[in-house]
Amino acid sequence: MNDTPSPIIQIRNVTKRFGKVAAVDNVSLDIMAGEFFVLLGPSGCGKTTLLRMIAGFELPTEGQILIDGQDMAGIPPNKRPVNMVFQSYAVFPHMSVTDNVGYGLKIAGVGKTEREQRVAEALELVKLGGFGERMPDQMSGGQRQRVALARSLVMRPKVLLLDEPLSALDAKLRAQMQFELSDLQDQVGITFVTVTHDQDEALSMAGRIAVINKGEVAQLASPSDLYEYPANRFVADFVGSVNLFEGKLTLDEPDRAAVDCPGLGKIYLNHGVTGPHGADVWVAIRPEKIYLHVPGEGKAVRAAGMDAPEGHNFARGTIKGMSYLGDVTLFEIKLDSGEMIRVSRPNMSRHDQEDFTWDDKVSMHWRSDSPVVLLS
Amino acid sequence: MAAPLQDWRTQKRPFAAIASMPIFWLVLFFVVPMAVVWLYSFGENAGPADIVISGTLENYKRATEWLYVSIFLKSLAVSALVTLICLIVGFPVAMAITFAPPNWRPWLLLGIMLPFWTNLLIRTYALMTLMGTNGYANKALGALWGGASWLKTLVGMQPLDAWTPAQLLYNNFAVVLGLVYVHLPFMVLPLYAALDRLDKSLIEASLDLGASQISTLNRIIMPLAGPGIAAGVMITLVPALGAYLTPDLMGGTDSQMIANVIERQFKRANDWPFGAALSFLLIYAMFIIVALQSLRRGQPKRGE
Repeated sequence: MNDTPSPIIQIRNVTKRFGKVAAVDNVSLDIMAGEFFVLLGPSGCGKTTLLRMIAGFELPTEGQILIDGQDMAGIPPNKRPVNMVFQSYAVFPHMSVTDNVGYGLKIAGVGKTEREQRVAEALELVKLGGFGERMPDQMSGGQRQRVALARSLVMRPKVLLLDEPLSALDAKLRAQMQFELSDLQDQVGITFVTVTHDQDEALSMAGRIAVINKGEVAQLASPSDLYEYPANRFVADFVGSVNLFEGKLTLDEPDRAAVDCPGLGKIYLNHGVTGPHGADVWVAIRPEKIYLHVPGEGKAVRAAGMDAPEGHNFARGTIKGMSYLGDVTLFEIKLDSGEMIRVSRPNMSRHDQEDFTWDDKVSMHWRSDSPVVLLS
Repeated sequence: MAAPLQDWRTQKRPFAAIASMPIFWLVLFFVVPMAVVWLYSFGENAGPADIVISGTLENYKRATEWLYVSIFLKSLAVSALVTLICLIVGFPVAMAITFAPPNWRPWLLLGIMLPFWTNLLIRTYALMTLMGTNGYANKALGALWGGASWLKTLVGMQPLDAWTPAQLLYNNFAVVLGLVYVHLPFMVLPLYAALDRLDKSLIEASLDLGASQISTLNRIIMPLAGPGIAAGVMITLVPALGAYLTPDLMGGTDSQMIANVIERQFKRANDWPFGAALSFLLIYAMFIIVALQSLRRGQPKRGE
């Protein structure tokens, strides 16, 4: 294997139209060999269409898809070096687990001895050893998904495509499968391309994520870059939870910048944003990056740790809503300007949730490297 | 607290009130007449309009004469052939409707169901005008024949003999064709229902795993459409076995089926007891077919 990763899938200016609607609009992406790639987006954004075009179930209206350097135009799904795990798993209900997993090998004409061995290995890989004789209707949803995984992996595809693989599982199982899928991908070294609408799933599993919106790539980045450095309002809002405030860029120098937000006040950043002076911009702040205080303590906080000039990165409000989630408590706070802001606060001691309650006056502050200024 | 109404195990009275009317209807109009006919089958004619239930088995004995057994077997063969043709023709039709664009599907289904809205007699006569010696079928065949003849002269060969209209009506061919025409919707609809229920991603999964369209059809679609095929076969075979109008109108002297024989007993021959015996033998035969089918379905699946 080369040290420099080479693209296994190249999507070049691909557009897919259904009638007049472009489900996928001039998308270009390179997916590297061996990576765990996630297509993330809301339902109807075109991510599944993109996946199905890689599998060969849909044909691009325009553009080109190359797998391992080979143009896939005119190559039907059954001749492509990729396999797919379907959202519904699509486990053949009239076949035993062994027959399901061995289906592709049988079609490919692999001999009985080798087939049995490879099926057993694949079942072992997905932790279904000993389940070979079961029929699909005797298995749980999670087990059926493992059958679908084994059925695809046994073909040793160059790329494994997964369509919303975890959406049908309950929360606990989903969390467990997120880890297992990542482990499995490490183990087999096959490129995984997963489609999901669930940002937690994407962040926890992916090496790189392409956020898709209205058929276009809104941002392509690693999970942490996507979360901490969103490129636009759509990504900031879709990935994680965010407070967005409209404002004007009033100061923009290489090492500092300031935005005047009518809703939130003056916001100070300790880095430049290279935007046109006076431009309309949006400021995004994640709820967990805002600190809550009892108003009297505000002065002390500012004296101790504020890295922004006086009067900046500081706001007051009244608690209007609270939801206690166990690990964190979410607050809905009405700012003095009348706008709402969301703050999450970890419950680090067993009594933290008692600190604040409804209609409490609170003050907030945040670090000057926490807000993100978005130009679009 | 009142138990829900649908819990008939505990709420016997409302259930009885609701069920009594249909049960009464069934008994009055189905069970009683059938019982009368069943009793007739053990009776004999005592006069032109008088039947004595004497408990004789003479009618059943007569039904085992080769004349009747052969017609019965022939009816069975014809209806089996009709069912097979319906299956072969109907499966691609049902597939086509299933995979048609969603906004086409209601119209295609309407096309299948439209014949139900037209009287069987009218449809049969319409088909007969098509198939007559001067009908469009013969005209089309004649035109093809003329074309073939002209082609032969083009390459310098002798032209074909003049076209003599084919006898398309009043024979076994006409009966099979007519029955296929009448029963095709009965086959297509259950097949469509089964194929429509089939998760399309199973087909895609099969293709994805390298299977061709043909092996996907054989290994995935056909086995999973099995219950639909069985339902289609039943719903075609049983009425085709009892078909009366089509062989009566479109058949020749040698193409009568068992229902025509039964009709003759009740009308021209005025031998109700014998007609009743034949009727019940036909009903028993249908029972056996249905029983075999449910036995097959009741078999445990592999792996259970």
